[in-house]
Amino acid sequence: MPDVQSMVAEFVNKLRKRKIEGSQATAKCTVELLRSVISHQRVPHANQAAALIDAVKAVGQQLVAANPVELAVGNVVRRVLHIIREEDLSLTTAAMAGLDLLDASDDDDIDNCKGIGYPAMSAAVVAAAARSTLRPPSLQTLLEGTPESATVPYTSSSGADSESKTADKSSLTRKLKHDVIEGVNQLIQEISGCHEQIAEQAIEHIHQNEVILTLGSSRTVLEFLCAAKEKKRSFRVFVAEGAPRYQGHLLAKELVARGLQTTVITDSAVFAMISRVNMVIIGAHAVMANGGVIGPVGVNMAALAAKKHAVPFVVLAGSHKLCPLYPHNPEVLLNELRSPSELLDFGEFSDCLDFGAGSGSLQVVNPTFDYVPPNLVSLFITDTGGHNPSYMYRLIADYYSADDLVM
Amino acid sequence: MGAQKKKDAARVPEDLSRQRLQAIVIADSFTTRFRPLTLERPKVLLPLVNIPMIDYTLAWLESAGIDEIFVFCCAHSLQLIDHLKKSQWCSLVRTIVSHKSTSVGDALRYIYEQQHTETSQIQGDFVLVSGDTVSNMPLAELIREHRERKKRDEKAIMTMVIKKQSSRLRIGSDQLFVAVDPLTKQLLYYNEGGEVCLDKSLVMDTSVLVCNDVQDCYIDICSPEVLSLFEDNFDYQHLRRHFVKGLLVDDIMGYKIFTHEAHSSCYASRIDNLRSYDTVSKDIIQRWTYPYVPDISFSGNRPLKLGRRGMYRASDAVQSRSADIGASTVIGYGTRIGDGGKIFNSVIGNGCSVGSNVVIQGSYIWNNVTIEDGCEIRNAIVCDGVKIRAGAVLLPGVVLSFNVVVGRDFVVPAYSKVSLLQQEIKEDSDEELECADSSKGTADLLSDVNNLQMESKASELGPDGAGYIWEVCDSVHDEEWWKHSIVPIPMDKLADITQVMDDDDIEDESVVPPRGELKSDNDSISTDANDPNDDDYCYFQREVRETFLRAVEEDNNVDHVTPLINSLRFSYNMASADCAGAIFYSMMRLAIDTPHSSTSELYRNATSIINKSKGLLGFYVKQIDEQIEVIMKFEEMCEETAELVPLFAQIVHFLYDKDVVQEDAILRWGEEKAGADESDKVYLNQCEAFIQWLKEASEEEEDEEDEEDS
Repeated sequence: MPDVQSMVAEFVNKLRKRKIEGSQATAKCTVELLRSVISHQRVPHANQAAALIDAVKAVGQQLVAANPVELAVGNVVRRVLHIIREEDLSLTTAAMAGLDLLDASDDDDIDNCKGIGYPAMSAAVVAAAARSTLRPPSLQTLLEGTPESATVPYTSSSGADSESKTADKSSLTRKLKHDVIEGVNQLIQEISGCHEQIAEQAIEHIHQNEVILTLGSSRTVLEFLCAAKEKKRSFRVFVAEGAPRYQGHLLAKELVARGLQTTVITDSAVFAMISRVNMVIIGAHAVMANGGVIGPVGVNMAALAAKKHAVPFVVLAGSHKLCPLYPHNPEVLLNELRSPSELLDFGEFSDCLDFGAGSGSLQVVNPTFDYVPPNLVSLFITDTGGHNPSYMYRLIADYYSADDLVM
Repeated sequence: MGAQKKKDAARVPEDLSRQRLQAIVIADSFTTRFRPLTLERPKVLLPLVNIPMIDYTLAWLESAGIDEIFVFCCAHSLQLIDHLKKSQWCSLVRTIVSHKSTSVGDALRYIYEQQHTETSQIQGDFVLVSGDTVSNMPLAELIREHRERKKRDEKAIMTMVIKKQSSRLRIGSDQLFVAVDPLTKQLLYYNEGGEVCLDKSLVMDTSVLVCNDVQDCYIDICSPEVLSLFEDNFDYQHLRRHFVKGLLVDDIMGYKIFTHEAHSSCYASRIDNLRSYDTVSKDIIQRWTYPYVPDISFSGNRPLKLGRRGMYRASDAVQSRSADIGASTVIGYGTRIGDGGKIFNSVIGNGCSVGSNVVIQGSYIWNNVTIEDGCEIRNAIVCDGVKIRAGAVLLPGVVLSFNVVVGRDFVVPAYSKVSLLQQEIKEDSDEELECADSSKGTADLLSDVNNLQMESKASELGPDGAGYIWEVCDSVHDEEWWKHSIVPIPMDKLADITQVMDDDDIEDESVVPPRGELKSDNDSISTDANDPNDDDYCYFQREVRETFLRAVEEDNNVDHVTPLINSLRFSYNMASADCAGAIFYSMMRLAIDTPHSSTSELYRNATSIINKSKGLLGFYVKQIDEQIEVIMKFEEMCEETAELVPLFAQIVHFLYDKDVVQEDAILRWGEEKAGADESDKVYLNQCEAFIQWLKEASEEEEDEEDEEDS
């Protein structure tokens, strides 16, 4: 356990100091950390799922607090919680089916009414729980404020298990943990494989002799474009350089190395060039529940230009970037402001900063992200395929449990 | 981005396998600039935008990949150790405590001694910084550079970080002159503040880069030899003034110091006075120090929320709707702000309560401060636990130390420092000393003072106040107190300085003495009240006289004296006329000093001397102005020495005869003097006949010429 704790502390530290960059890397680190948390978590006999959920939640809260701007962390934590709940549910349904059988056979052995009553009730509760998790949460359950609505009934059902079934139960415990870790492993694979999944669809979207515009640097975009190139599509790429960090330069370098026809333009030239562009493809930092996109600074401008000229604006996002939050949360909307030294030379401008009382002082704002409202986005391409912005909420409901939205 | 992370991961084990990276943090400034605050709390624990200074240093060192940090504590070591224990760095940090040290030199010597008694101390190259450094500079590159250089050249024992800085006034530091070899980056010359005296060879060598627009970050990468050097030279106290100078000037064992110019995108600054405290705080709020900014929890601090216009607010801060909180403001946890307050450009700590209609501008309010209604605070530092009663006013530059109480409607005078502790009457002449008392001692003192305050009714801060007002400035930085104050430099001072700097620039362009003392503009600032040239002229005159006397004694030829006087002239930056005056002065003094019995004998002496050295004088009196200067000088001398008065006309005549002074000069002098007071005309009257004769002679000449022409 202590080694997990130190691992968590180390990762929290890295997030705090902004040493990990990029949502994919962060997501991967987070999910690997959570896997070890789960595997080291000692599970009690009763109520195992709740114990796991609590453990993951506790770590998740720390991680989210460490860098609230990096939404991928929260997404992955919620995904893991969702996996636990799902596995728990499927095991319960399986157990319920088993109990029904047992009920029939053990009916005459157990003579007190309690014995008869419990399994029957537990089965009903389990069924109700199963329904409640499959169904979107009703207003009532939300208002009741019982976050573990799915697990509470399970407690009673496991309590109802008689001593004679301890062997069965311990195997069940092991099975739950095993299944959860299996599920988390799948999630890891999904995250690391999301580039390929997205890139596979490239051929359907990029056509011969098209001109593609992109902004900043995104690994997903790079793979996407290269995949189209490998399929013998010939097209041109305009790369807006993405001031002030100029990551577009790096992307252009990579694209040229892979044999694509590439043109670098300044961010401010986007509007001038957009009429010659067939499609804008960008990578997102996060996709919000309403279909809005948080991307590198300058993206909103490109989206507006694309809208004006009716150019499709396509956003590539791995499923770990889908965030179940709505962008009215100021902490999310408000951006990471980075050092002004990316814009200005400190030595040269230090004079204007705060000299004298009377003179004006220079302020520099260097936001990292931009928000693109959903009406400007034409299409999302995730690892599960292309989606409309208005479909995002549905996708999110598939990936996350409603109980975990507020951590 | 994924690739970048992998690279990081790959680099770390490589570094680990090579050598542990160590750093020494000197957590004591050994100066008195932050007094009286440092009497009660070590300087490195003073909050900088609500986070202790040392946390910035440690967070930076940690993220730069330092594996072990030795923190050297001196004053208030208990407080510091306590803080470090509670911080998240306790596994990384080892403390070294010595109460006897009074300088960086002592500290390093102590560490060196400890090295032999304890195991696992400084093993290899280490980073030496002071505990008040705020930086986000990556060190890995720098350390690698240092190590590689060390491998090539055994003698390269130190790499010093410098940084381009457009104005030293920002952080109130002294003028820094460095000379660097642009190819090897070796430091050849270092001077901070004092008279700049460049070696001739440095200036002649065109491949040397001499600059005065850099800032010393006080971040050094040192090899272990540095410690042993301090041990060997037990009189080294100051790292720059003694150690660096010693190495550069005395050339000890051929050790070399190299420089590294920090990339302009990274921030590095040291807080060694209140001015830099203000500047660095503002830089932090402006996020130049990213990621060490208040909305990121880099040291286990509770992060604040960043709002629009650079406003950082704690989530539980309570603010009245009518309060006007301007840009670049920080408000800490649990702070309440009353109605109608106006707060601009200020930092307010945790747990403060600010009453209604309070104006706070450009100030630093620390934790748990109570400010009652209607107070006005401008450009001040207010420490923990201070109470400011209703209606009190803090004028710019005020520093209120811990737990001071400002009385109702009291106006604290500008630039005053207030403390519960009384100022020591006798300032120790050794300015390098920060309070070396143990913290326990101060605490006792403090409680005594508290008791005293309770008993005595009279306070220097109004009837219901508590605290002593300290003398505004300490003796050392007398004339530059405003430069180190928390207040932004006043506009008029600023204008003065820029004026002086511009003047200097012009001078530098016109006359660059090949060897000599360039006056640093610090001095001209400090003495701008009285004309600095006066003093210089006296020295110059004396030197010329000595040179002249030596020459006469040795019976030297004029040719030998001229270069000597020329060099004096250049080093004092004098005009040719000044030289002429000084030489003439020397000659006449010699005449006066030669024993004589009567005025006629004096006249004979004078004429013989003039005769002998008229060549020398002639060298400088080629122009009319210079000749007039000689006559004026003679006038002055007559004022001083009565003996000469009767001889005035005779000697002037003699000078005319010997062609030292031309008739034009005498006539011009006569014209100038004609308008003067009667008292001034004594000498003119003496020469009346002579001038008359000259005029006639010239008219005759003209007549003759006219005749010839016609």
